[in-house]
Amino acid sequence: MSEALDIVLQVEDLAVEFDTYGGVVQAVRGVDFQVERGQTLGIVGESGCGKSVTVQAVMGLVPTPPGRITAGSARLNGREIIGLSAAQSTSFRGREIAMIFQDPMTSLNPTMRVGQQIAEVLQVHLGMGGEAALRRAIELLDLTKIPEAGKRARQYPFEFSGGMLQRAMIAMSLACNPSVLIADEPTTALDVTIQAQILELMRELQRSEAMSIILITHDLGVVARMADRVAVMYAGQVVESGPVDDIFYRSSHPYTIGLRQAMPVNDGDRSRALVPIEGSPPDLFAPPLGCGYFARCPHAMKVCEDKAPGVFAVAEGHEARCWLQHEGAPQVDDGLFQARRGE
Amino acid sequence: MGFFRQDVESELGGLLLAAMTNMQPILETKNLKKYFGAGKNQWVHAVDGISVSIGENEILGLVGESGSGKSTFGKTVVGLLDKTEGEVWFKGERLPTRYGPGDFARHARLMQMIFQDPYSSLNPRMTVLEIVGEGLRLAGAVGREEKRERVAEWLRRVGLEPDHMSRYPHEFSGGQRQRIGIARALIVETEFVVSDEPISALDVSVQAQVVNLLGELKADLGLTMLFIAHDLSMVRYVSDRMAVMYLGVLVEIGPADEVFFRPQHPYTKLLVASNPEPDPRREQVHRPIEGEIPSPINIGAGCRFAGRCPQVMEHCQQVTPELLQIGADHQVACHLYGTQSGEGTNEN
Repeated sequence: MSEALDIVLQVEDLAVEFDTYGGVVQAVRGVDFQVERGQTLGIVGESGCGKSVTVQAVMGLVPTPPGRITAGSARLNGREIIGLSAAQSTSFRGREIAMIFQDPMTSLNPTMRVGQQIAEVLQVHLGMGGEAALRRAIELLDLTKIPEAGKRARQYPFEFSGGMLQRAMIAMSLACNPSVLIADEPTTALDVTIQAQILELMRELQRSEAMSIILITHDLGVVARMADRVAVMYAGQVVESGPVDDIFYRSSHPYTIGLRQAMPVNDGDRSRALVPIEGSPPDLFAPPLGCGYFARCPHAMKVCEDKAPGVFAVAEGHEARCWLQHEGAPQVDDGLFQARRGE
Repeated sequence: MGFFRQDVESELGGLLLAAMTNMQPILETKNLKKYFGAGKNQWVHAVDGISVSIGENEILGLVGESGSGKSTFGKTVVGLLDKTEGEVWFKGERLPTRYGPGDFARHARLMQMIFQDPYSSLNPRMTVLEIVGEGLRLAGAVGREEKRERVAEWLRRVGLEPDHMSRYPHEFSGGQRQRIGIARALIVETEFVVSDEPISALDVSVQAQVVNLLGELKADLGLTMLFIAHDLSMVRYVSDRMAVMYLGVLVEIGPADEVFFRPQHPYTKLLVASNPEPDPRREQVHRPIEGEIPSPINIGAGCRFAGRCPQVMEHCQQVTPELLQIGADHQVACHLYGTQSGEGTNEN
C-alpha cells in the first residue's frame, strides 16, 4: 500500500472483551482498518459480528466494566485515542469524531427542544454563548434540509418524524466539524424512501464538509450505494476488506460470497435461488482455534479447522482472511469465486 | 432451484395463472376497510377499501412503507381485527365481520398467521411442544402420542429436530424461532397463511433459509400466502404477484417482475428507485427523493400520493383514482393512466 494516503483514522489489532454471566465474550478479536480523508468506509456484518463494539471502542464508549479493550491502537489524525481517560476522551469525542445511531428517538433528550440540544454541543465543545449557539444550531438544521429550521428548532423530538430526527442527529454531529462521522445503522429504522434521502444527505455533506464516514450496516445494498472501501466482519474479525468494487465484483472470502448469494439480485434472472448460509456463527465465549467461518464454509479444508488464517493480499488494497488465498490452496470455482491470488 | 416460479415460468404461464386467479380465488377481499378511532371524530384510515383476490397456491406479496396499513390489512383478513366495512371471502364463504370465540375455532384451521417478531410472538413459558401442538386442539380430540408425533413431524419439516420439542423459546436463535412460528401456523393443515414481515427481524443469511422454507412448503403443500414485507427485492423474489400499498389503498398490483421492473405508479417508481441493490455500479448514481408519508387521519378526496408525486396534475387533488387495468393482470390507481391523459404506458 502506498504511503501517500491521507489516513484520518488508523485502527490496528483492536480487541475488546466483555464479562458476562456465561463467561468472557471476545467480541472483537484483532480488527484492523483505516479511513482516508473524505472517504466512506462501510463496515458490514450480521448481528453479533462485533461491528458496533469496534466503533464504540474507537469512540471510547465501551462500558467498563463489563467491557474492556484488551489490545490494539486507534490513531485519529495521528494521535492515539485508545486508553485515554474519560476527560481526555471528551476532548476529541464530538469534536474530531462524532457518531449517529440507529434509533434517533432514543438518542435525543425527549424533554429538551431540538435546537437547544444542538446548541448545547456548541456551548460545551466550542464555548459559544447561548444566543450564538442557537443561531448556529438553526443553521445546522437548515444545512441538513429540515424545512422551517427556525420553527423546528423550538420543537421537541416527539414532534419530528423518524427521518427528520435522523437529520437533526446529523446536524448535531456536524456541530464541531468533525473529521470523522461514525454512523451505526443510521437508516435501519427508516423506510426505504426516507433511507434514500438520508443517505443522499450524508453524501452531500461529506462532499461539502470534507468529512470521512464510517458507515456500519448489515445491508449490502446500502454499502454498495455509499462506500468507497468496505470491511466485512465476521465473528469479531475483519474477514475481507478492499475497494467497494473488489468486494462486490471480486469477492474473495467465502463469507462475503455467502452473503451475496443469500440476497436476491434484481437482474431479471428468475431461476437463481437464494443460497442460505447454513449453521450459525461460532460461540465467542470460546472462539474456535482455526477460522471462525470454518463450520459454515463450503470450501473448508483441514487447515481451516486447526489454524487461524492470516490476512492475505488479493490485489492492491484488497485483503482476505482466508486459507484459500494461500499459494498452496486448491483452486475453487463456484461462479462467484472470481478473485484469485495475484490475478 | 426455482421452486417459486415453476408455474409462472413463461408469459403464457402468467396469463394462465391470471385466468386461474379470476376463476377460483381462495381468498377475496371486497372494499375492505379498517378505521381506528383517534380521538373525537378523528379516524385513522388504516385500510381504506381494498379489493384483491388471491388464487390457489399463489403468493401475493404486499409492500408498502410503515403506516401504509399493510399489517392492518393482514390482521383484518385473518380476523384478528374487526372489519369496519367490506367483506372477506374464503373459498366462497363470507367470513364474519367480527370474530367470536367460535369463529376463531372454526376459521383458524383455514387461515393462520406468521408474525414478524419471533421473540415476542412465542410464549416464553411454553415448551415448543405446547406452542406447536396447541393448534391441534382445533382438529378435535388428538391423543398425547399423536400430538407428539405430529409436532415431531412438523419440526423436522421446518428443519428443526424432534427432540427440540421439550425446550423453551429462549433456547433458540431468531431463525429457529421463526421456524417454530411457521410450524405452529401450519400444523393445523391450513390452506392460507398471512406472513407479516416474517424475515425482517432476521440476519441476511438466515432470511434466505426462512424464505426458501416458505417456498418449499408452498410447493409441497399447495399453500396460498399473503406475504407482507417492506423489502422490495425479497417480495419480488418470493411472490407471484406484487401489490403496493400507500396510505391504506392499493396503488398498483400485478405480476411481481412486471411491477418491479416496469413500475407504472409514481409511488412504485419511487420505491423501486429507493431500493438499495447490492451492486455498486447501479447504486452510486445521484437520485433525489423527496417527501414523507403523511398522516392517515381523516383523509379527504383525491389521490393520496398527490402531495409527494412528481407528476401531480390538477385533478389528482380532487378525484380519487380507481384501479385501472393497464395490462394482463396489471392494475394501477393513477390518473396518468386514466382517459383524460390517454391510454398507454408512461415510461419515465
